[in-house]
Amino acid sequence: MDIATILLELGQGMLTTIQIFVLTLVFSLPLGFLIYFGRVSKNPVLSWIMRIYIAIMRGTPLMLQLIVIYFGPYYIFGVSTTPAYRGIAVIIAFSLNYAAYFAEIYRSGFGSIPQGQYEAAEVLGYSKSRTFFAIVLPQVWKRILPSITNEVITLVKDTSLSFSIAYAEMFTEAKALSAAVHNVGPLMAAGVFYFVFNAIVAWIMARIEKSMSYYSI
Amino acid sequence: MHIVEINHIKKSFDDTEVLQDISLFVDKGEVVSIIGPSGSGKSTLLRCATFLETMDDGSLAYMGDEVVKSVNGHSVYASRDHIRKAKGYFGLVFQNFELFPHFNVLRNITDAPIHNQKRDKAEVEREARELLEKVGLSDKADAYPCELSGGQKQRVAIARALAMKPDILYFDEPTSALDPELTQEILRVIKQLAAEKMTMVIVTHEMQFAREVSDRIIFMEKGLIIENDRPEKVFASTNERTRQFLGKF
Repeated sequence: MDIATILLELGQGMLTTIQIFVLTLVFSLPLGFLIYFGRVSKNPVLSWIMRIYIAIMRGTPLMLQLIVIYFGPYYIFGVSTTPAYRGIAVIIAFSLNYAAYFAEIYRSGFGSIPQGQYEAAEVLGYSKSRTFFAIVLPQVWKRILPSITNEVITLVKDTSLSFSIAYAEMFTEAKALSAAVHNVGPLMAAGVFYFVFNAIVAWIMARIEKSMSYYSI
Repeated sequence: MHIVEINHIKKSFDDTEVLQDISLFVDKGEVVSIIGPSGSGKSTLLRCATFLETMDDGSLAYMGDEVVKSVNGHSVYASRDHIRKAKGYFGLVFQNFELFPHFNVLRNITDAPIHNQKRDKAEVEREARELLEKVGLSDKADAYPCELSGGQKQRVAIARALAMKPDILYFDEPTSALDPELTQEILRVIKQLAAEKMTMVIVTHEMQFAREVSDRIIFMEKGLIIENDRPEKVFASTNERTRQFLGKF
């Protein structure tokens, strides 16, 4: 196998990894909001369902969740899945899992806003929606950003768990290539890729944090 | 017509009766101080009058407009729009300032008049700068709350409340989070407002200040009003509890 082929295959794996990363964030960040709202809902049933959901998602391995979501349709319901489902299962599993973590981060963020901020807004005639979007959300965003950064960096590395259902992202490709060429070169290349990817993510997040450092809470 | 009129307010938290039966009114241009020991219900009274707390029984009227009525021993609140209108009559200054940390000083003052009262932006900003000058902070318009001292924050909070052009301004222990020096900054501003005939109700532990600035002092204890009179009368009261409380200062 020549070096060009190896690089091409690694490159394709890299794109798949980036795709998992982006799609997971696109789905899990908003989904986390819904779970958070359910979790703090005054409806006790909904609140408990969300608590249990969060407990399961945080209390079991992501790899196990991934495998259950991929094989579940066949083993539980007898539905045979198409090959395309592999990629879909990855996005579903990652989104469901990360949404639970994001929900808890949102909860800590909203919980840290003093009641007095809501009261000041109320006395000054802010509507419910303006209180949320203009007063509370910007402060929550600033407070939770470091925690979000942590999760996002973990996500970059967690994408490699897709290997457990043989989805052809960066890690799966690198492992297969290493086995084919009998050396660790492709795996080392994958390591460099994850490292650089995370360096970029950390840099972007630091930029966003810095853009909000003009005030402190 | 009274600016605010409260009749027979009752409020309990669980089994504790915080306000037993409170009635009072405030007229235009009056400065009324509410004093009393911690837990006497002073702050709860202010919170009921500003709709931050719902009362169990009693009525509440602003400008003669009864927005909370007492019906068969329970308070009945008017519609949301109606209450929103009543909320336009008063401003509230908090013990912990509660400035919005992500807005600079100018925006803290102008955001609500511009967006919530839908007033002209240029006019609101001009007035905001005048208010900042009045509270001695004209150089801080672009500063963020985290860059200010406690006394400066509270002065911005007062300017923010005044920018809404309230008919009555409530203060909930405005100096309790401040050291004596910064306390004087705030008291000077309140005195200035009193001289301009701003209607104010001040919950405070600053007895000497209350005596100097107030037209009337209300002494509360255990959810009841014990005294409600001119300062010299209250300070000369023969009521044993009043004397005992004031004697400590």
